[in-house]
Amino acid sequence: MDTAPQNNIINEVTNKEYEYGFVTDIETDFVPKGLNEDIVRLISRKKEEPEWLLDFRLKAFRHWLTLKQPNWGHLHLPQIDYQDIIYYAAPKKRSEKQSLDEVDPELLATFDKLGISLDEQKRLSGVAVDAVMDSTSVKTTFQDTLSKHGIIFMSFSEAVKNHPDLVRKHLGTVVPYTDNFFAALNSAVFSDGSFCYIPKGVRCPLELSTYFRINAANTGQFERTLIVAEEGAYVSYMEGCTAPQRDENQLHAAIVEIIAETDAEVKYSTVQNWYPGDKNGKGGVYNLVTKRGLCRGDRSKISWTQVETGSAITWKYPGCILKGDHSVGEFYSVAVTNNYQEADTGTKMIHLGKNTRSTIISKGISSGHSQNSYRGLVRVAPNAINARNYSQCDSLLLGDQCGAHTWPYVQCGNESSILEHEATTSKISEDQLFYCQQRGIPTEKAIGLIVNGYAKDVLNKLPMEFAVEAQKLLSITLEGSVG
Amino acid sequence: MKDNDNNSGIVQQQLLDFYKSNEAAICADDTPKVRVLRNNALQRFQDFGFPNAKMENWRNSKIINALHGNFRMPALDEKHSEAKPFSCELCDMDTEIIMLVNGVFSGETSLKKYDNGMVIGSTRTAMKARPDLFDRYFGTTMPAETNGFYDVNTALWHDGYFVYVPKNVAAERPVQVIKLIDNESNPFVQTRNLIILEDNASLQLIDCDDSFNQQSSLINAFTEIVIGDNASLDKYKLQNINDNTSLLNSNSIRQFGNSRFRSNTISFNGGMIRNNIHVALDAEGAEAQVYGLYLMDKHQHIDNYLKVNHKVPNCTSFEKFKGILDDEASAVFNGHVYVAPGAQKTNAQQNNSNIILTPKAKIDAKPFLEIYADDVKCAHGTSTGQLDQEAMFYMQQRGISKANARMLLMYAFAAEISNHIAIPAMQERIDDMIKRRLRGELSSCDNCVLRCSHPKEYHFEIDENKL
Repeated sequence: MDTAPQNNIINEVTNKEYEYGFVTDIETDFVPKGLNEDIVRLISRKKEEPEWLLDFRLKAFRHWLTLKQPNWGHLHLPQIDYQDIIYYAAPKKRSEKQSLDEVDPELLATFDKLGISLDEQKRLSGVAVDAVMDSTSVKTTFQDTLSKHGIIFMSFSEAVKNHPDLVRKHLGTVVPYTDNFFAALNSAVFSDGSFCYIPKGVRCPLELSTYFRINAANTGQFERTLIVAEEGAYVSYMEGCTAPQRDENQLHAAIVEIIAETDAEVKYSTVQNWYPGDKNGKGGVYNLVTKRGLCRGDRSKISWTQVETGSAITWKYPGCILKGDHSVGEFYSVAVTNNYQEADTGTKMIHLGKNTRSTIISKGISSGHSQNSYRGLVRVAPNAINARNYSQCDSLLLGDQCGAHTWPYVQCGNESSILEHEATTSKISEDQLFYCQQRGIPTEKAIGLIVNGYAKDVLNKLPMEFAVEAQKLLSITLEGSVG
Repeated sequence: MKDNDNNSGIVQQQLLDFYKSNEAAICADDTPKVRVLRNNALQRFQDFGFPNAKMENWRNSKIINALHGNFRMPALDEKHSEAKPFSCELCDMDTEIIMLVNGVFSGETSLKKYDNGMVIGSTRTAMKARPDLFDRYFGTTMPAETNGFYDVNTALWHDGYFVYVPKNVAAERPVQVIKLIDNESNPFVQTRNLIILEDNASLQLIDCDDSFNQQSSLINAFTEIVIGDNASLDKYKLQNINDNTSLLNSNSIRQFGNSRFRSNTISFNGGMIRNNIHVALDAEGAEAQVYGLYLMDKHQHIDNYLKVNHKVPNCTSFEKFKGILDDEASAVFNGHVYVAPGAQKTNAQQNNSNIILTPKAKIDAKPFLEIYADDVKCAHGTSTGQLDQEAMFYMQQRGISKANARMLLMYAFAAEISNHIAIPAMQERIDDMIKRRLRGELSSCDNCVLRCSHPKEYHFEIDENKL
């Protein structure tokens, strides 16, 4: 059957504004450029937020006014003009393309390499999705399963409306608005995000992914994620996407807060592949994120796994506060920088409880003219007896114009703790490369292979479907970097 | 925090006033170059003052707290006739001895010349007697990242020691510098030293810091070291001062082609110690080995800052710092290896290990690697932990008492550093000192010839047959 005309019709229909409707004031749904108290109030009003949330925003805003943009990172972060940003835009529909033919062929080639299905390709590149294949049905079954277990998983705005007490109880308890400049900014103007609540004793049967939240596509640049795992709960949460995101927002200042109660476990995985700028370092996203988990209860566990390949500037330190006794924090990271990208990323492990353990595995890969820094803090408080930390931070250099830096901070405040840190920096092994080439594997493929082997420790920690894509992503990111 | 800031402001003003009223005396013998350097440094010091705890390289360093504001600036013409009876731990070794009392050269001839062309003596006299030689090297090693302590030293220095080894000369005997602080009134001492090794020269130098009185003095010593092509310098630093004395010991080393620098900094006692070591590997083939050992107890604090700058390809650097912390002692290790763009084939290793013995002791380690070249072999590691319980058990099981097993393990830990001492007589002494220090039997007052505590024979009571 000839499906093309049929598709065209569907596209046409889905692209049309709803003519008859009760959907109004689409045009007015934005606020003017700039940032002041009125804008904060306006955002809050537009989102129909309760009084306490407006207070929270205003307090954050007033605190933000007293702060200066930090500049201590090993980055070239320009002074951002915060009055030149639109802080709230309605989830406006992107101008949709009629078919994949209109999409940048380079982007499509990348999709193919990643092995992304045709329908997903359309969704990601802004092509209207086949009406039949709309993920609504998937979403419904998905939501049914979750609600059966009492799991709450919805957008932040919905959560504020439907579960205000839960949000109010936990918002800002891990990352207070006073935490840092960008956290204060986010707390004042955050647009939307995700809220996830796993009740006591529930083991979430699915890997939660923002992919399934239909409105996740346009959460905007000031995203806020809050994950709460009650006593004995377990959840594996995935955010981000391996596919390249052509996003116009230059500044992304998100906050992720995770709370794990007694015996709870949260596994957070993310793949970040925002637009890194062109080959000459022009453009690209500034990814300035505050991510922190609190192991509040005894024997709780929080694990961060991240694959960072995008963004012109990545500046974030997903950390764990190990407050409960016997709690465990883990951090697995692969950060790849190419061309003129800069990354200053790592983790913070704050040991407060007794017998707490943390593991840090960080693999940095830099090529082109990029700068890749690991910066991590391991702090053991005097009362955190028998704490244990193991950190391994390796850097791989591809090319003689790039830089790889390691800045670990190891602070031990008692005698019963054991902390270890080791790091190596080297270039890709000539022997391994030679061996591959000798067997007829072209240089570029060989490098992809070696890099994947090098990052294996971290990739293994990713959920299955993510891991497969992430591996391909690593090779693609480094394409053309050798020669 | 605020108080400290205020105090550092007070001390800054005191020093500036001191300079103003003594400018003529301080600058009397300056060459034009030294004068320019002084003025520039004074200007920077006036503008920026002392570093504060918010600066990355000075975080958690307690040396800033040593600026208590009750200093007296020692009069420049103060005469130190004869030092009090003093018995150095390393006294009967075959060395050339230089004595500095309160930062001022003390001895009969202030500049001693040897047949082979070697010159040792006072920095001030050297500047007067050999201005050409002095100007060629003075101020040439200053690190790019300066700070208030360096600036105030460059601006206000009065004296120090000077060692010059000419081309193709190997110094026959090690040079031993004994620096004493003996003053009743909290002196703030600026010592400036200059060590020059021309091409193919070699030298072993022992530099000891000791103090007599229980005074809250602050020593701000700055040593410039130039090591020419193929030259080799072994520098040993021994710190055993009283718990009220604060010591800021800065070394700035510039190495030329195929030169070798080996440094061993051993700190036994000291109220607050900060060791700064800047090594610039300026030409290919240079090698730097920087070792350090610190055994701290009570409220002592030690802070080792180390920066190795690999500017060119084919250089090697090894750093190893180890420490044992007892009671409420605290330590900071701040290592920074910088590999410049293009400095290929660099080999840099950096290591810091610590043993913490009590719940109140603290360690803060920051081993940094900053690398801009790809064909390099760089690694760093840091560990903090306790004595190996299995090793303890093994030894106890073999009939070694717990106390002895503990000593043995700690000694083995420390010996890894003292083994790098290339002067056998000195190594033996240091080993002995380490053993006594670990037993808590070595304190800064051991240097006093009166020996309030009776000298004993020290050895490890281990029956080897039982091992």
